[in-house]
Amino acid sequence: MPIFVDRRLNPKDKSLGNRQRFLKRAREELKRSIRERIRIGRIADVDAEHAVSMPAKGTAEPSFSDAKDSGRRQHILPGNKHFAPGDRVPKPGQGGGGSSPGKTVSEDDFRFVLSREEVLDLFFEDLELPDMVKLNLKEILAFKPRRAGFAATGSPTNINVGRTMRHSHGRRIALRRPRREELDAIEKELAILEAEPQSAAAHQRITALREELERLERRRKRIAYVDPVDIRFNRFDAQPVPNANAVMFCLMDVSGSMGEREKDLAKRFFVLLHLFLKRRYDRTEIVFIRHTHEAQEVDEETFFYNTQSGGTVVSTALEEMHRIIAQRYPSNEWNIYAAQASDGDNFVTDSERCIGLMDGQIMRLCQYFAYVEIIDERESHIFGSTDNGTSLWRAYSAVNQRWPNFQMSRIANAADIYPVFRQLFARQPAFQKSA
Amino acid sequence: MANQASKSSQTSKSGLLFSGSDWDFKTLSRAYEAIEAIAIEELHLDVYPVQMEIISSQQMLDAYSSVGMPLMYRHWSFGKHFLYQELLYRKGGRGLAYELVINSNPCIVYLMEENTMALQALVTAHAALGHNHFFKNNHLFRQWTDASAILSYLDFAKGYIARCEERHGVAAVEAILDSAHALMEQGVFRYHRPPKLSSERQREGVRERLEYEERSYNDLWRTLPRSKDGTKASETDLGMAERKKTLNLPEENLLYFLEKNSLVLEPWQREIIRIVRVVAQYFYPQRQTQVMNEGCATFVHYTLMNMLFDRGLITEGAMLEILRNHSNVIFQPGFDDPRFSGINPYALGLDMMQDIQRISTEPTAEDRDWFPDIAGNGNWRETLLDAWANHRDESFIRQYLSPALMRKWRFFILADAASEPHYEVASIHNERGYEKIRAGLAYSYDIGASRPDIQVVDVDLLGDRQLRLEHKVKDGIVLEEASRDATLRHIRRLWGYEVSLAAIDAQTGRTLNERSTSQIGE
Repeated sequence: MPIFVDRRLNPKDKSLGNRQRFLKRAREELKRSIRERIRIGRIADVDAEHAVSMPAKGTAEPSFSDAKDSGRRQHILPGNKHFAPGDRVPKPGQGGGGSSPGKTVSEDDFRFVLSREEVLDLFFEDLELPDMVKLNLKEILAFKPRRAGFAATGSPTNINVGRTMRHSHGRRIALRRPRREELDAIEKELAILEAEPQSAAAHQRITALREELERLERRRKRIAYVDPVDIRFNRFDAQPVPNANAVMFCLMDVSGSMGEREKDLAKRFFVLLHLFLKRRYDRTEIVFIRHTHEAQEVDEETFFYNTQSGGTVVSTALEEMHRIIAQRYPSNEWNIYAAQASDGDNFVTDSERCIGLMDGQIMRLCQYFAYVEIIDERESHIFGSTDNGTSLWRAYSAVNQRWPNFQMSRIANAADIYPVFRQLFARQPAFQKSA
Repeated sequence: MANQASKSSQTSKSGLLFSGSDWDFKTLSRAYEAIEAIAIEELHLDVYPVQMEIISSQQMLDAYSSVGMPLMYRHWSFGKHFLYQELLYRKGGRGLAYELVINSNPCIVYLMEENTMALQALVTAHAALGHNHFFKNNHLFRQWTDASAILSYLDFAKGYIARCEERHGVAAVEAILDSAHALMEQGVFRYHRPPKLSSERQREGVRERLEYEERSYNDLWRTLPRSKDGTKASETDLGMAERKKTLNLPEENLLYFLEKNSLVLEPWQREIIRIVRVVAQYFYPQRQTQVMNEGCATFVHYTLMNMLFDRGLITEGAMLEILRNHSNVIFQPGFDDPRFSGINPYALGLDMMQDIQRISTEPTAEDRDWFPDIAGNGNWRETLLDAWANHRDESFIRQYLSPALMRKWRFFILADAASEPHYEVASIHNERGYEKIRAGLAYSYDIGASRPDIQVVDVDLLGDRQLRLEHKVKDGIVLEEASRDATLRHIRRLWGYEVSLAAIDAQTGRTLNERSTSQIGE
């Protein structure tokens, strides 16, 4: 009789630790390959698994082995059909030299799949939202108990008396536990009968009553007033308390002056940003505001995939943002971050108004404000690093000089997004919010 | 009438070991007992007690990546192997093994939960009896591995390495493991038997002593005046021959040499090298007996399953399923087939063993010529048991590969000289070729001959401490340069000083080239 051991329920992923070690070892090379992929490919695809080729550096397992192109050797092979001794067979692939027939693909030469999480981890490594460090988002979560119904077990301090008594009452009724009044009535009758002169009928009655009384009392003893099964405890759920709240505002111009290409680039910028936030700060809220000549808060789906046409009044978006902050995100409780993408077109007068809004309100509330301007590829070398540019660019340049927590950049094509992204969110010395 | 009918249905019900494809533990147990009974009675097998473990496909992949052992220390290379195996599995390029068997006592057999009952029966016969018998009886396994100690040793190894990681950091442990893994091939004793694995208590004792020595080390002792009976003089005089003698040189087991003699390793690093060495040694017999081991298991399952079927213990449907899997396992395409990837050890092993069965029961004149001692002896069971017990692949083929089988396989030898632009057919399956093919095939299974022969030949501990290695170049086959340099770097890490490797032609004794770590950059 063999011994049977059912291991199917054993913890899975026994080799997960080895996989993590392997990825850690290959980290630099994997990171480079992911970065390259993102630079040339579609950014929205980041949010998925990736096949990467086995990194050559750091993961080789060398050992002494024979050089394939040296010496004399023999191959003993099955399946001879027409060869006779002395026949010559040309070697396959002259360049390969004396490679033995039927060799298999080496284990060092294959592609494997990284999960989405692993891809993003590699991608976002050494990027961080500025100013967040000091808020120690990585701190261990604090938990606060929150009422969550009732439980049949718990500590005595948590007994819910009302619930317990209700159960006890129901049980007593169901099991027909004699009530005090019934006993009292019988005792009273007994007392009256005993006080009276004894007749045979009365005697009989007394005996019957005594028996009844005894029965009821026995029953009362058997059926407890409060039984352990009645007891209910208040149940508490440990609810994580975020010790730092962050809200990220994504502002985008979806007006007619934003062509398909601009919209696409802006979208990619936000997708990237959005991914980063979702991944790194899962307690970060994100508000999407799109604007034409008027602004509105929309959900993620609408923000990225719905189109709308109209003029361009950037200040409406800033006003909307300010309104939402005032309404929902008091700045003493929330760290406010904003990222804006636009083609830079705006009414000249409105740009002035934007400067006013930024200086007067928004920048005081924000920890950080990133602005990317999507420009034409042909423009990119004209503008280079000059301060010339669209009306919004010039307006924001003024803001940029006054506020250290304001960043701006131009992007011309998909390959530019990632460097801009890095520039905007690269680790930098924490600076105090000027208030 | 009714009584009779119910009786006959009962016999047919109890006669079958199982019906349908679902399995449960009771059926597995019943099947094992029936198969074991036949195996012992008909084939005279002698097996360790069996422990069957049911695992999922994910767990099978896990087991693959940790060299098939249920416990293994952690290392990134296992993660890499896992990725590779998983890729093959996902792409459907390779099915998972239906079973995995571990040379331990009790013999552990992994069964996949996805298997049908027919497959489980096949696997039971294959692994729990075939491999099990081979592990218990083959002389290599009996002499070179310690089946009862391996699991507890691996448990110790895993724990020890985990503790080292805590104490010295993952990176430091990984560095030693990387270097030791690079030398695994050179980390086995080929010619003399390795010492038995010490028991847990002995290991504990050794560790305690080491710790005591570490604590009580006193540098002052070093400055004690030398005794006057001329030790100093003799030390300076110590010639090369004596040096070699004290260090037991030449030494083929590089890991052993480094573990014992390296001047830079800490005790824990030596212990880690020892662990790698023990693991390598444990697998050494398995690598020398692939054809025999798989052949034995395949022969056993094929014979047992047919016996079960003949006795009406399994249904025709189950037998068909078993045969289908069996023929997949022993599929051998010809050399020019795109699916060809070398000789299938299952196929060669099974064919040779069935051939032995044939020779001993119905020999031809040719067989009587070639195998006078076994031809027609009629006792194929004993002949096979003897072969299983006393041979490894190389000697088994040299002894038992018959001309009939060479003709069946249509073997031929392709001579491959690197300098020539073409191969040359050296021998085919004819009178003149039989001996050569047999010798050539046997030679190709000789691990000692087919792996680079590298030995430590000299080191001057009082001089420059350069470790001198020698590679015996056979048939002009030199080492591949990139991996040679990388491996030398690993040896240097373990040795602490420069390392040089000389390639010496085995026939002429001429030095072909010499490579030192001082020539290799970091």
